[in-house]
Amino acid sequence: MSDTGVIPTAVKIVIAGGFGVGKTTMVNSVSEIPPLRTEEVLTEAGVGVDDMAGIEGKETTTVALDFGRITISPRVVLYLFGTPGQNRFWFMWDELAVGALGAVVLVDTRRLDSSFPSIDFFENRDIPFVVAVNRFEGGFPHTDEQVRQALDLDSNVPIVSCDVRDRESSKDVLIALVQYTMDQLAGV
Amino acid sequence: MAGDRDWWFDEAAGPLIRPYAMTRGRTRPGAPNLNLVTQIRASRNRSDLSQLTPEHQEIVDLCHRPLSVAEIAAYLNVPLVVAKILISDLLELGDVVAGAPFQTSDIVDTKFLQAVLDGIRRI
Repeated sequence: MSDTGVIPTAVKIVIAGGFGVGKTTMVNSVSEIPPLRTEEVLTEAGVGVDDMAGIEGKETTTVALDFGRITISPRVVLYLFGTPGQNRFWFMWDELAVGALGAVVLVDTRRLDSSFPSIDFFENRDIPFVVAVNRFEGGFPHTDEQVRQALDLDSNVPIVSCDVRDRESSKDVLIALVQYTMDQLAGV
Repeated sequence: MAGDRDWWFDEAAGPLIRPYAMTRGRTRPGAPNLNLVTQIRASRNRSDLSQLTPEHQEIVDLCHRPLSVAEIAAYLNVPLVVAKILISDLLELGDVVAGAPFQTSDIVDTKFLQAVLDGIRRI
């Protein structure tokens, strides 16, 4: 049975960063739909479970993902996925990374160390990312160079300052990311 | 719809119907290539929908316009794996069609990225 209607190409941008840094707020700022939440249920065994035999007795864990959507055109849809708050859910990150055109690592300058795992993850997989410093009230004043040094970032990784509650500001972060991805492609 | 189901339980109790009951105990989708953003659309030619479970029918209804697997799971309020299993059933029946699997070539194409950039600027 053939069907000829257009099915859009779907791509992802991953919004990563430590707990409470504003990932869902950023998704909310730019998404055309109210952010959605989906959950993955896994058993402690995780792998090799093919049927329900014995599953009842096992510990189950739920991982929640918040995401939003931007319809680029009838042919292209962009999804924005916030990473799960806890870093132990790495298997979920792998699924998120497939088809991601890039990532935003959101940073709170009061807790820079909470962004290290995200940065390592994208560096190791050669996924282009930008660092977005969310301007929290009471955040330490800092220069981009200080952030770059503290996070041990390559000199070409863009650092942008943003207010994740603001749509235009969040848009600017995404624009910086796509621009950077294109530059990488062009070998700039 | 969700509203009709709500009176069965409060949030503390959790859903009375365990998610895997909807899948008749299956925990793995038949179609292995479904991911979070795979686009699903209802087919023009469909089998007899009255043979389907309410959840299957709800998916077909939702997918009159293309939706991702993650959106379907969220709107049905079921875990991702359950949505994937139900969607696999519908794919097998030919009631829905899935977008092509992800190709790296899609995102390493300058024209494509330019279109994404323009799209973000427009929002």
